[in-house]
Amino acid sequence: MIGPHGEPVVRLTDVVKVYDDDGLTVKAIDDITFTIPRRRFTMIVGPSGSGKTTLLNLMGCIDTATTGMVEVCGQNIAKLRDNAVSDFRAANIGFIFQNFSLVPVLTAYENVEYPLLLLGLNAKDRRTRTMAMLDAVGLAEHKNHRPNQLSGGQRQRVAIARALVKEPEVVLADEPTANLDSATGASIIELMKRQQHERATTFIFSTHDPHLISHAQETFVIRDGKLLDHTVGAA
Amino acid sequence: MLFKIALRNILRNRRRSTMTISAIAVGAMAMLLFGAFTTFVILGIRTTTIDSAGHLTVLRTGYFAFGTGNPSAYGIPDYEAVMKTISDDPEIGPKLAVITPSISLFGIAGNFSADSSRTFIGSGVVPSDRKRMREWNEYHLGGGRRLTRPPSPLSDDDITKGVIGLGLARTLSLCAPLHVADCPAAPEKKTAAVAGAAPAPDLADLTAQDTKGDASANDNGMPRIDLLSATAGGAPNVVTISVAGTEQQPAKELDDGFVGMHLKLAQQLVYGRGEHKVTSIVLQLKKTEDMAAVRTRLEALFKDKGLDLEVHDFTEFNPMYKQIVQFFGAIFSFIALIMIVIVLFTVVNTMSMSVMERTNEIGTTRALGVRRSGIRRQFLAEGWLLGFLGATLGVILAAIIAAIVNHAGLTWQPPGQSGHVPLYLYLAGAHGLIIATWVILVVVATIAALVPASRAARMAVVDALRHV
Repeated sequence: MIGPHGEPVVRLTDVVKVYDDDGLTVKAIDDITFTIPRRRFTMIVGPSGSGKTTLLNLMGCIDTATTGMVEVCGQNIAKLRDNAVSDFRAANIGFIFQNFSLVPVLTAYENVEYPLLLLGLNAKDRRTRTMAMLDAVGLAEHKNHRPNQLSGGQRQRVAIARALVKEPEVVLADEPTANLDSATGASIIELMKRQQHERATTFIFSTHDPHLISHAQETFVIRDGKLLDHTVGAA
Repeated sequence: MLFKIALRNILRNRRRSTMTISAIAVGAMAMLLFGAFTTFVILGIRTTTIDSAGHLTVLRTGYFAFGTGNPSAYGIPDYEAVMKTISDDPEIGPKLAVITPSISLFGIAGNFSADSSRTFIGSGVVPSDRKRMREWNEYHLGGGRRLTRPPSPLSDDDITKGVIGLGLARTLSLCAPLHVADCPAAPEKKTAAVAGAAPAPDLADLTAQDTKGDASANDNGMPRIDLLSATAGGAPNVVTISVAGTEQQPAKELDDGFVGMHLKLAQQLVYGRGEHKVTSIVLQLKKTEDMAAVRTRLEALFKDKGLDLEVHDFTEFNPMYKQIVQFFGAIFSFIALIMIVIVLFTVVNTMSMSVMERTNEIGTTRALGVRRSGIRRQFLAEGWLLGFLGATLGVILAAIIAAIVNHAGLTWQPPGQSGHVPLYLYLAGAHGLIIATWVILVVVATIAALVPASRAARMAVVDALRHV
């Protein structure tokens, strides 16, 4: 399932995504082809409405391409049935949504623990990993707080902890530092870089944050659904 | 986690959840309280029927269809041997509470001191057996929860004693001698002033003879009436009974002509010096659930022994019992159906709103890797939990209301009965009703959640995440 070291974790080949909204056809992604190797800090940049989020959705296996092929961790997603795609997401992909998207009735601890439940880990392992991750994002003391009892920055850190706790192959993040102050943002970036090195995790960001972009090892620029530029360089 | 999330979501929308749980609780209460009342009515009527008529009645073949017009023609010969055969049967014997002979007859009852008479419908019984039958109380309807009747004045020691219906006492002008309250005296007869309408001399003599002195009362002060009937051989026969009291019958027609007497006296009247027979043998069982098995065994026994007898159960003799059971069953079904529909729509509405409000959350959990079936299970769990809480609350409230009603001293007159009994909601012993109601409402609430849950499960992840 997971490609050997050096093989791309994400491969998009001639991908087109067309939305049909009440007869109005919109081409959100227009014939994009690229690959993202493992253990990269990858940025997807572009103006609003350029297709960044659609691209993340396709790579996150929560949307399907109209034409073309999307491969994640060596798996052609189009060939998987619905349950298999869900299981694939649970095992390999972590999401950090711009609007946090925490489960409101669960505490910070339970939100972070949730992906581990889906993986079927035992209670002891879940507890150890959840507490370690909450500690890493500086929220151990807030573990029993519900999302509505946390600030925007704290919620975002819970969302980041939830994405990282299962140690996925790929983490897809939509403006992950948008709600964080610079100090917290820096510590979160540090945490993600550590995860990148220790777990060989690939991070793919859609962002406007110059500080985050400064850490990019690879940058894709898109506009109107087309890939305009591709830069490779170590941070 | 499934039920933790479900419970917290229910608590999250307290007002809406409270309304939904209340609707389910009201449905449960309505079903339970009416069910408890229905159970009480049916068990009460069943008890009253069985303690007077038994579970099964053995008759000569053909009596049930044709015998009431001429009961004596369908007498069971050597009935004591038949009763012994039944009692000694190893299958039937242990299940028997009482086995007793009975005789039905009719004729003319006259109180010649008051110059009044009318046809009667008589029943000859063994008083001590009937007293034991009245003690039957399989459903433990004690503490005034059943129709209580005064003890019968008939006794094994004095076969001349009898009881009559209240209506017959009125017709025969026996209200005053029997000290019956609320019993108007018969209007005075107008003498016919038509020429040639004077009574025949011999009849006038008989009347004059009968009205001499106080011939209408015995030594104990009990009024006496004469019963005229035809014997099995067709000859007229007369016996006199001392009326020891009245027993109001449930139907006016029966009440206006009922005479109860000792079996031996009835046999004297119907069979004279011939062989004394009975028209029926009544079997009261310890448990009603044995009725079908005992009936089957009796039929096999009669066939084996070559006895020309047939068996009928109490529901065949009392069609009203069946009608009452069906009537209350229909009303209960109707109420249950309405409650189920209300619960169904309430839960569908609540769960639909919940799905709409949590669309983004559905998208998030799907993105994290929850399968469609996991989403469906989540909402089904919420429906189940709403049903569980509502039905459980309904059971508790119904138990409280039943306890209040049962101690409020309310009374009512059951259908087909002549007296008032305390109103009692038979909930404590109705385990089947409680379990069935609880299960039905929980299942209905869960099924009601199925449509919204399936809609949630079908959502596209991207669309759900975009939902604001």
